[in-house]
Formats: sequence, structure tokens, C-alpha cells
Amino acid sequence: MRKFTTMMTAAAALLAAGTATKAADVEVLHWWTSGGEAAALNVLKEDLESQGIGWQDMPVAGGGGTQAMTVLRARVTSGNPPTAVQMLGFDITDWAQEGALADLNILAGMEGWDDVVPEALQKFSKYDGKWVAAPVNVHSTNWVWANKAVLDELGIAPPQTWDEFVAALEKVKASGKTAIAHGGQAWQEATVFDAVVLSTGGPEFYNKVFVDLDEEALGSDTMKQAFDRMAVIRSYVDDNFSGRDWNLSSAMVINGDAAFQMMGDWAKGEFLNAGKQPDTDFLCFRFPGTEGKVTFLSDQFALFAQGPEVGKEQAALAAAIMSPNFQSAFNVVKGSVPARTDVSDEAFDACGKKGIADLKAAAASGNLVGSMAHGHANPAAIKNAMYDVITAHFNGEYDSETAVEELVNAVQINK
Amino acid sequence: MVTVTSSRSFSPGRFVLYALLALFCIYYLLPLYVMLVNSLKPLSEITAGGMMALPKDWTLAPWLSAWSSAQVGVEATGLKPYFLNSIIMVVPAVALSTLVGALNGYVLTKWTFRGATIVFGLLLFGCFIPFQMVLIPMARMLGLMGLAGSVTGLIFVHFVYGIGFSTLYFRNYYAAFPTELVRAAQIDGAGFFRIFWRILLPSSGPIAVVCIIWQFTNIWNDFLFGASFSDFSSQPMTVALNNLVQSSTGVKEYNVHFAGAIMAALPTLLVYIVAGRYFVRGLMAGSVKG
Amino acid sequence: MSISETANPRGSVADRLRDALPKLVLSPTVAIVAIFVYGFILFTLYLSFTDSRILPTFGLVGFENYDKLFRLRAWDTAVSNLVIFGVLYIAICCVLGLLLAILLDQRIRAEGFIRTIYLYPMALSFIVTGVAWKWFLDPGIGIEAVVQGWGWTDFKFNWIKDREMAIYTIVIAAVWQTSGFVMAMFLAGLRGIDSEMMKAAQIDGASTFALYRRIIIPQLRPAFMSAFVVLAHMAIKSYDLVIALTGGGPGTSTELPATFMYSYTFTRNQMGIGAASAVIMLMTIAAIIVPYLWSELREKK
Repeated sequence: MRKFTTMMTAAAALLAAGTATKAADVEVLHWWTSGGEAAALNVLKEDLESQGIGWQDMPVAGGGGTQAMTVLRARVTSGNPPTAVQMLGFDITDWAQEGALADLNILAGMEGWDDVVPEALQKFSKYDGKWVAAPVNVHSTNWVWANKAVLDELGIAPPQTWDEFVAALEKVKASGKTAIAHGGQAWQEATVFDAVVLSTGGPEFYNKVFVDLDEEALGSDTMKQAFDRMAVIRSYVDDNFSGRDWNLSSAMVINGDAAFQMMGDWAKGEFLNAGKQPDTDFLCFRFPGTEGKVTFLSDQFALFAQGPEVGKEQAALAAAIMSPNFQSAFNVVKGSVPARTDVSDEAFDACGKKGIADLKAAAASGNLVGSMAHGHANPAAIKNAMYDVITAHFNGEYDSETAVEELVNAVQINK
Repeated sequence: MVTVTSSRSFSPGRFVLYALLALFCIYYLLPLYVMLVNSLKPLSEITAGGMMALPKDWTLAPWLSAWSSAQVGVEATGLKPYFLNSIIMVVPAVALSTLVGALNGYVLTKWTFRGATIVFGLLLFGCFIPFQMVLIPMARMLGLMGLAGSVTGLIFVHFVYGIGFSTLYFRNYYAAFPTELVRAAQIDGAGFFRIFWRILLPSSGPIAVVCIIWQFTNIWNDFLFGASFSDFSSQPMTVALNNLVQSSTGVKEYNVHFAGAIMAALPTLLVYIVAGRYFVRGLMAGSVKG
Repeated sequence: MSISETANPRGSVADRLRDALPKLVLSPTVAIVAIFVYGFILFTLYLSFTDSRILPTFGLVGFENYDKLFRLRAWDTAVSNLVIFGVLYIAICCVLGLLLAILLDQRIRAEGFIRTIYLYPMALSFIVTGVAWKWFLDPGIGIEAVVQGWGWTDFKFNWIKDREMAIYTIVIAAVWQTSGFVMAMFLAGLRGIDSEMMKAAQIDGASTFALYRRIIIPQLRPAFMSAFVVLAHMAIKSYDLVIALTGGGPGTSTELPATFMYSYTFTRNQMGIGAASAVIMLMTIAAIIVPYLWSELREKK
């Protein structure tokens, strides 16, 4: 009964949104603070302001959102949660479990979100059948970025298979250049690992190990092979990789000091910012062996319950996030792909168009898997435990066999 | 004062001495040098390599950008608005913790009671509590007190965790202050506060400088509390700087980052340069004595 | 020696109030510390026995969190790193601080200027200097590249990339930040020493070295105490530094208890384990600091 009244008031509030005289403000906690991202978010702010809703900006950058998550915890504990919080994957589920998120089902029903958001994303945007978050974009992480001039000079075509990739790497190494520009931070290594596992074992295996945490699969020979491939990749990385920011790795590719970088689609921003053009100066292609398959992560705005009902500002914010115009405008700048599948790809460049097409195809064929490295395959505790093993192996602390054992251990301890 | 070499003229010994001192100057100045040079270069020069080199093409643009037009949130405001937030927070917090520290030091040395040493010991041990640990319970308390997300709340937090050190400084300083003076004043009929106000406080200049420098530096540079207990309207400078410098999936403008970093550090640097002369004097006057 | 004890005890309310006044003045501090330090410590102790994950919850699980904690390799690394880091950091800061103080105490021209240079790093947080340090230590672009560029092509300085050595780069940066402050403390101590005693010793023909070793340095003991408290407090709280320089890497080789605690409590949603690590950390601190404080404070009575 209470639920019903909540829904009714929310609907009433929503309908009233357009006619409101002076609405309250929304406070948004996010970590998009660099030039392009923040500017893109400003589109959303202006949209809301045109509806008479003020935007209270609460940016907290650092550690890929971990800093913001800490702040969020303090805010929720003190009884003062923000209206909406940028969030990734399982964090949304965790907060929904705490009962901290608002129920957006009425709005979602009116706007038909169920039909336009891919099911793989809904898994995170919905909890217990209720919409609790509004997805903004889909990033995909199994991309390889390459310097076209370097490849042309050495006569390398974009490799399609693992063996071709290794041959290409060998050629680059022989020429004296760095084959792979890599930044030695745990999340970057895990990002590469995502792609390697997907390529080695296929989507089914990927889901088995990362989502189902199947111990047999985790301890399997396929997993060992994946670690072996990580070791191969390590051997084509320069000696100074440890701790390097991914931006500096991109700079190595941009400057022609290195041939390849494996990084999510946000790397494109670095290339564009350096005045490089896709297909003429740099190439983007899927990690060898993962063509047609996509490891994704989706930035979403989780909406925190501000009271028993969804306020009209909150509803307006969620609706604005999901509007096709914003999704297009934002993602063109951000390098990602809209979370809605019905947004036109007109405004996007070559890499962006490919991203949209890939996403659509992968979602249809079951080849869309959540990125483990970015919290879309398992909860934070497991994810970080996996980071530990992957990064220890990449840094030569474990051989592949030990790494497999440790991975099984890590999952057991943290489950 | 003892001189290693007896001669005042320029002997080989003096030369080695100055060379050593100069060498250490380089060690201490190097990071600042790296920041300064790179804040005066265009970005392309940085990414092209040679991060230790002087700029080929000097520019002030990164500084202007960091101050007023860099993106630290959805609006391209630069660091400018956050400066004021920090000052509004730092000044009362420093004043309050220093004053209370002085009073505590006064009580703990001139009006001791049974268990005073234990109280002081417990206070001192409190300095060692890791801040990461207090985050969640503190948030709850601030919520209960109705101070969540407010400047007052932030000031309170910094005050709470600043008392330990300020009490330490003043206690050690006042311990060396002649108790006879206090007793004489008491015989003349002066009360508790009057003695503090008229006799101890006027001679507390040096230690107050030490305490203020210490508190100012710690509070100005704090990030964890500033990020967790502020809201959109009260975020301090360090949070803004962090937003400028840290971005996980965005383009990094290193030159702007460095300019912003130096800028954010300017107030503390200024405090050190201006008050630094009194600093050693203050330490000398008390805190390192028994 | 206290005044209140010598005052004549009289009965009136006003007098009693006056006698209680010092305690009244101190009482807010005592209350604040009781709640916000010791209350929170108790709360953390309690949390360490619960199944808290993302937010505090109150289902008791006994010693499970401690059991898990001790099974984690990263915790061992963090603890042994703190030992290496803490000992080296405190020792080097003290030695370097003393050395610099003695050097600066030789009637140096421009002493104030040099002192400010030594002292200024204390004013900067590692959010500010972290990137500069990171670049500076990076073999590809920092000191190694520069020295190699000068012609010494064999010069190697790649500690920050080396699992075994990376923790020492943290020491270098930490020493950079605080040694100037320690220098100031010792300098103040040196300036406070009675010069008559030293003159007498010099007349007795004591060598400069003996003078320092026998007479001056022992008198700096209070300065050592202050320095120790400040440095120990910094070592234990070192968090920004590690995050800015190495982020705990390569691998997990530069993890410290403070970073461990933060990551388990906040990043990994394992608040129970995080609380357990905080408790262990506090117990360790107490084991080292309390006897020290005890001996120092008791002696002065």
C-alpha cells in the first residue's frame, strides 16, 4: 500500500514538473572533472536550468571514482546523500542492497527505458525489478590503439588473431621501438586482462570465470593460457611501464615511440586532443580475437532516495540524462557510445560509429560482456582481489601456474 | 654556538660547508623546479619529452587557465572560487584550535591536578589516530549534530583533530614559563583568565607562530576531510586541485596541473616564508625544551 | 608544582567554582577527545567483529575478519613496509635534520634564506608535489634520463620501477618533506644550549667532534622527543605520499597499513576487514608510543 502511494505521488510530482514555479536544486556527485568530460556534463546542467532546476556540482575525482565513493559513504552516513551519483556496475547493486536508492519505475515506464536500454546494462540500472539508476554511456575496453605511421613503415596490418598480434609485436620490437605502450597500474593491467581472457576463452568462458566465479573455470588451463599471454604482452612492454598514467602511454603512441596501446575508448580523446585523425593518423581496432565481441562498462547516475518519494527535480534529472539529445551530445565528446540503442550515430566519428555498431551487434548476439576491470562483472571486493593477482603476475611476482592458484584463493577469501 | 672551523676567513673547511649546504638546497628545490618549469611550457613540449628541460616557448597560459578557466567541475571556473572556501574554513579552525590549545597548555602546566599527565598522554595519543578510520563515525556524528556538509562541520572536524598537537606545543612552552610569576599574580588577586590573558598570552608569540604554522599547513593541505564533509558550496582548494589533477578517463593537461598545484600551495608557502623567521625562534622558545 | 594545591581550601561556592575553573576549561577538550578519539576507537573495535561491507552493519562474526586479514598477503607486505619505511624515515630525518642543523649553526651567511629552502617542503601536500616526484623518479623522463643525457650512460636509478626498491623511493620523498622541519627543531635546540658550558669544554681542549658527541647532542634530547612524536605520527599516517608516488605499486609492493586500511574499508567494500586492520595498527602504535610517552612524561614530574 505504501509503495503504491509512493508511486502515485511520484507520478504526480513528475507531471507537475513542467508547470513548477521554482523547483529545488539537484546535487550531483561525479568524477568527470577533466576538460571534455566536464564540458559534456555541462550540457545536462544547462538542460535542467532551462527547466528551472539548479545544479549543485559536487565533483570529487581520483582513483577512477573510488575517491567519490568514499565521499558518498560519508554523505550517506551523515544523512545527507546527493541527489544523483555517478556510479559503475556493481557499486549500484551494492547501494541498492542498502536500500539507499530511489525507485524510478514510474518514470522509466513513461519513458519506455526498458525498450531502449540493452539488457546487459539493465542488469545494473535495475535492482529487484526497479529502475534505480540512469545509464549515460557505454565504454568498451577491448580496443587497441595504434600509430598508423609506425605500422605502415613496418608493413604491419592490424592483426586479427593472437598469433598475428605476436608477430606484429615482434616486428615492432625488432625495429627498436616499444611494441606496447602500457601503464603499470592495477586497473590498467586488469583492463588488458579483460581482453585477453575474452580472446582466449570466448564470452562463455569469460562470464563463467568473472561473473559466475566458477572455481573450476578459474583454475582451468584456459586461465593459465590467459596468464601466459599476459606474460607475452609483458615481454613487449618497455621497462619503465610501472606506475605510468595511461595518458602518457597514449602519448608514446601519438609520438610514434610505441606502436600499440590497449585501453578503453576514452583514449581516443588523447589522440584527438593531440590533433590526430582516426584512420589517417591512428587506428582503432578490437583486441585480436575479440572482433564482434565487446567488454563494456557503463557510467550511470544512481539516484539516491531523498525521502519516501521521488522528487520532481530528481525525476527531471533522470529524464534529462536519458534524453537522446544529451546522450548523443555527451558521448560525442566523451568518446563513448550512448546507453540508448535508439540514438543516431550521425554526430560520431569513425571510431564512434564503429563502437555503436559493435555494441548493437554484440548485444544482439550475446557477445556483450561486463568488464571485470571496471566493476561490471563482480563486486568490488572480488574485483580488487583479482587486481592483486593480475598485477602481481604481470610484475613477475607469480608465474602463470601460481597466478591461477592465487586467483582461486582470492575469490574464495573474498566471496 | 660552536664553529667547526676556528677561522672566520674563507678556508677550505668553509668551502666544503657551503658546498654541502648548496647541495642540499638543490635536493629540496628540485621538485619545485620540475613543477615550475613545466607550468610555463605548452603541453606539446611536455608530452614530447624533456620534462626537466627549461621551456623553449615560455607561456603563462597554464597559470591563467588554472586560476580562472580550467575545468574542475561542470563549470570552467578554475581554482579561484575554491580559494575563498579554504580560507573561510582554515582561519577559524586554526584560531580555535590554537586558542584552545593555549588554554589547555595553561591548565596542564600551571593548574595541574591529579591525573593531568594522564589526560595529556591520552590527548597526545589521540594525534596518532588514522584519519581514514574516523571518517564514517565522524560523518554520523556530524549528521546527528546537524553539521553535515557545512563549513561549520568542517571547521569542527579540523578543530577536534588539531587540539592534540596545539596542546602539545603550548604545554611544553608553558612548562618553561616561570611559575613564580603566575603565583605572584595570584597573590595580587588575579583570577584564572586574567593571569592567562595578561601574563601568559602576551609572551606566547613564538609558540603561537609554531602552532599556527603547523595547524595552517595541516588544515590547508587536508584532502580527506575536505572532500568527505563538504558539500557543493564548501569544497576546499585541495578538493578542487585534486579534481583538476586527477582524472581517470580524461585528457591530462600537465602544465595546467603544475600551475594549479603551485597556486594551491602559495598560501602555505607564504606563511612559511613570512613566519619562517619566527619559526625557529618559536621552536627554540619552547616546544623542543622539556 | 601547582598553584591550586597551595591555595587555602575554603568552603564558599564561589571559591569552589574558582578551584574547579581550570578543570572546567579543560573539560570540553576531554569530552571531545573521549568521544571523537576514544569513542571512535571503540566503535572501530566493534566494527572489526561485524560483517560490515559497504556501510557499518551490526551482525557479529567473531574473529572472522582478523582471520581473513592475516591470510591476506597484502597485509604482510603493508606491515613489513611500514617497519622498513618507519625506521628508515625516522632515522634518516633525525640524522639529516641534525646534520643540517649543525651545518647551519656555523654562522652561515644567508642562514634565513637557506633555512626557508630546507623548510618549505613541509608546506606542500603530496597532492601538489606527487606528480613532480613521480616524474623525477621515473627513469624514462627523470633523473636517470637527465644524468644519462649528460654522458654517464651507465647511470641507473630505476628504484620506483623495482618491486624490491620502490619502498625506498617513498622514503626519499618523505625525508624530503619533513627533514627540514626536523632540522628547524634541532636548530632551535642547538640555539637553546647554554654557551658557558661549551666554552668551558672548549677551554678544556675537547675536540669539536667530542664536544658535539659528549655535550651538545645529549642536550638535544627534548628536541629528539618532539621530532620523534612528529615523525612517528607522519610515518603512520603516510597515505597521500604512497598514492601520489606509486599508488601502492609496482604490484602491491609499496602498500602501507594506511593505504591498506583505506582500500579495504572504502574501495573494496570490506569494512570489517578494514576495521580489523585499523585495530591492529592502533595496537601496534600503542605498543610503541605508549611506553615512550610514559617514560618521557613521568620523568618530568
